[in-house]
Amino acid sequence: MSESNSVLHVENITMQFGGVVAVNNLSLDVNKGEIVALIGPNGAGKTTAFNVITGVYEPTNGRVDFCGETMVQNYPKGKMAKEYKGENLGLYKNAIVKSPDKITKLGIARTFQNIRLFSELTVFENVLIAKHMRARQNIFSATFRLNHKEEQRMRREAMELLEIQNMGHLKDDIAGSLPYGIQRRLEIARALATDPKLLLLDEPAAGMNPQETQDLTDFILEIKNHYNLSVFMIEHHMDLVMQISDRIYVLDFGSLIAQGLPEEVSNNPKVIEAYLGVTDDAED
Amino acid sequence: MDSLSYYIQQLLTGISVGGQYALIAIGYTMVYGILRLINFAHGDIFMAAGFFMVYTSTTLPLYIALPLTLLLTVILGVSVERIAYKPLRTAPRMSIMISAIGVSYLLQNFATYYTGGLPRSYPTIPFISETIAFGSVTTSWITLLTPVLTLVLVIGLAALIKYTKVGMAMRAVSKDFETAQLMGIKINNVISITFVIGSFLAGVGSILFFTKYPTVLPTIGAMPGLKAFVAAVFGGIGSIPGAVLGAFIIGICENIIKAMGYTTFSDAFTFVLLILVLVVRPSGLFGEKTTEKV
Amino acid sequence: MTKQDKAIEQNMLKPAGLNPKVKYSIAALLLAALLGGIWWMEQTLPASSIIFTVLKKGAIYSLIAVSLNLLNGFTGLFSLGQAGFMLVGAYTYAIFTIPPESRAAVYMYYDGGIIDFALPVPVALILAGCAAGFFAFLIGLPVLRLKSDYLAIATLGFAEIIRAIIQYDKLGPITNASNLLRSFPVFRSTLFPFIVAGLCIAVICLLINSSYGRAFKAIRDDEIAAEAMGINLFVHKEMALVTSAFFAGIGGALLAMFQMMVQARAFTSAMTYEILLIVVIGGIGSITGSIIASFLFIACSEWWLRFLDEVQFIGGMQVPFLRSGFRMVVFSVIIMFVVLFYRKGIMGTKEFSIDGIYRFFRRVFGGKAGKEAAPHE
Repeated sequence: MSESNSVLHVENITMQFGGVVAVNNLSLDVNKGEIVALIGPNGAGKTTAFNVITGVYEPTNGRVDFCGETMVQNYPKGKMAKEYKGENLGLYKNAIVKSPDKITKLGIARTFQNIRLFSELTVFENVLIAKHMRARQNIFSATFRLNHKEEQRMRREAMELLEIQNMGHLKDDIAGSLPYGIQRRLEIARALATDPKLLLLDEPAAGMNPQETQDLTDFILEIKNHYNLSVFMIEHHMDLVMQISDRIYVLDFGSLIAQGLPEEVSNNPKVIEAYLGVTDDAED
Repeated sequence: MDSLSYYIQQLLTGISVGGQYALIAIGYTMVYGILRLINFAHGDIFMAAGFFMVYTSTTLPLYIALPLTLLLTVILGVSVERIAYKPLRTAPRMSIMISAIGVSYLLQNFATYYTGGLPRSYPTIPFISETIAFGSVTTSWITLLTPVLTLVLVIGLAALIKYTKVGMAMRAVSKDFETAQLMGIKINNVISITFVIGSFLAGVGSILFFTKYPTVLPTIGAMPGLKAFVAAVFGGIGSIPGAVLGAFIIGICENIIKAMGYTTFSDAFTFVLLILVLVVRPSGLFGEKTTEKV
Repeated sequence: MTKQDKAIEQNMLKPAGLNPKVKYSIAALLLAALLGGIWWMEQTLPASSIIFTVLKKGAIYSLIAVSLNLLNGFTGLFSLGQAGFMLVGAYTYAIFTIPPESRAAVYMYYDGGIIDFALPVPVALILAGCAAGFFAFLIGLPVLRLKSDYLAIATLGFAEIIRAIIQYDKLGPITNASNLLRSFPVFRSTLFPFIVAGLCIAVICLLINSSYGRAFKAIRDDEIAAEAMGINLFVHKEMALVTSAFFAGIGGALLAMFQMMVQARAFTSAMTYEILLIVVIGGIGSITGSIIASFLFIACSEWWLRFLDEVQFIGGMQVPFLRSGFRMVVFSVIIMFVVLFYRKGIMGTKEFSIDGIYRFFRRVFGGKAGKEAAPHE
């Protein structure tokens, strides 16, 4: 049942930490060329969902397909079998687990909510390291410089990525010394360096002013088209979300409460309630 | 001497030495629980306590030398913390562990210098070193006293942690260092008290240990220190009952291995146990698993 | 895109200071001067001069310190097992190079041991490294998945286990158990350890500056981000561990050659601590720092601070403190100072480079031109 159009297919993902259900039976899809947003109040479980998709956590139950192939799958085992509070028990019979580096190699790249750059290395090195995974070399050929062509190719591609962001002149600066907004852009450049098909952005506009947010919005559109990507992002800046999202999913307390086109979602009373709370007539 | 009584003797020795390891292990596990630091110098505090007793007992009567030794040990432990660990509290973890190694190095070298490198003989404490006999089993009072004293001290410590304000502060700090500070807990005092308790127990442990094995060398602290640490890891680092249990297990197994004739491997047993624990269940018997937030 | 291509080219090819050809020539000249200087010293100074001890031991410790720095400093894996790897290397070298005619005397209690051939020295050196690397590989399988504090204790534990196993009586025919090994080939000239250690360190430098070296540094900086960028943590950590152990093994073999005998009992955790402290003093993450610190350490402990151990009399009164063992105390205090106040060590994470020296001179002597040549570092 694989659609050739589906890039990411998340099915019945539940993530439980002990007795705490962080993500409850989440299902969503990202199709080729789409920009899909995942929104919701703080603590709703959005980053946890990202972490399941990228292999940082093993889901308690459920499955994630990437480009039609099942990439991650799990069912409640051992101690969790007794503690499991969710639905769809018994739907999945075997476990497929992948470490984050394998998932990145398949074509999913991500940025982090709290920037995780290699802060003591230079800007150039940060991007260059992301090229290491796909290079055709081994430790001997690299050490004894027999991989000259690959090394040149990696350097050239890394430089291109920096130039596109107008960051070429910063290449020797230490990543940790950069202004916050530039660090965020560097993180995106680094993620792009892994040659992904799907880009997961975790609050890319966090801490940015309206002008920077607009630049970022344009930038995301540009790289999506230029690199033929699909984008799945967590974001709180509604102008960014409304402007470029094709579809939106809304999460609250770990469960999906709404999904659809931007106009539909923004008018959905459940969504408004989740963000603003129910108006209490007894107040004032 | 038939083999059964030989084994019983070894078992008693094992329980006894296990108690000594337990007293040292508590120091490790408490410090790790609060500071996330493996105090490599703790074994050398134990060694220093031995030397304090050797030197104070040459000029002072035993009933003064004993408490004085414990006092000096505590002062040493707290000073080490203030001088070598406190300045590095905000530094990366590797730095503080390296500092602990540096302190261990310094203490050993100083002891070698001060004592001239020759082993010293521990003073005999009357009464507890006397031997007693049960049937064909001969042992000394110290062998019987050690586990009892250990348990008494451990129970006292557990009560302190559970029922006093200080104990609650210690538990809070070991759960969440920064928040405890924000809640107004005087971190420096809590840490100092932890080191006071740890050093005091190590001092008591040294008195018991050296009464049984009366040779004191500058390097004598390394092995018991390492074994006590393994005991702490085995029991679940941060858990006092776990450390005590681990220490007794190591002490007993070690002596059984010696009894069976494989003396060269009695030390290695501890490390094999360590590897097993780290591979099978790194959080130890009573430890908690923590997941890192990404 | 032409403007961007141009910018890329400019950025990539921007010379960091000097023409590469000039740089290599200067490096080669310095190297030749160093080796020439050593050779000249050997011709002129008496063979028992303390300088040679310092140079030989310094070179050997440099290699071992750099191997530890690769693991702890560049990859961020706090390992305390180096003495164990040195031990494996030393014993492998000794066992396989003792000439057959001497074996009966060395393996006195074991009927001459079971090995009755001897390998040539270069082969044995490489074998020493491989043996250490192999043990490291095995140790890494369970241990590399542990948190950093546990890794330290686990590697320490393994080193002790290896030490106990080698002294096991039943293995006597191979290892001579707790007796020492001797009569294996040793070196006379100081040039030998310099060249061997130099080559090894050069290879480590090449590794650090390669794509894999960058991956190691990424792991040190942020493991989770490194994994997210496609770097398999376990595989790369094993690579770092095995490489570090390989060179520590060669270092151990060189040490055996220097001491002319090996005994397992001497390879204690204290030895690892000394290497670690050398790395800290030199600067975690600086290869030149490790080299400098090694020579300083050896020079101090073997030569310069010796006087602290000698009882001195001034005007008939004995100078207080000065007696045997004081040297090590002073030493330990200095180390504590560095650990507490100069945590970055001598070199921090910087390296001695010909570009660096060039820029330094231009800044000092070059006036305006010097200011231009000094980029943001």
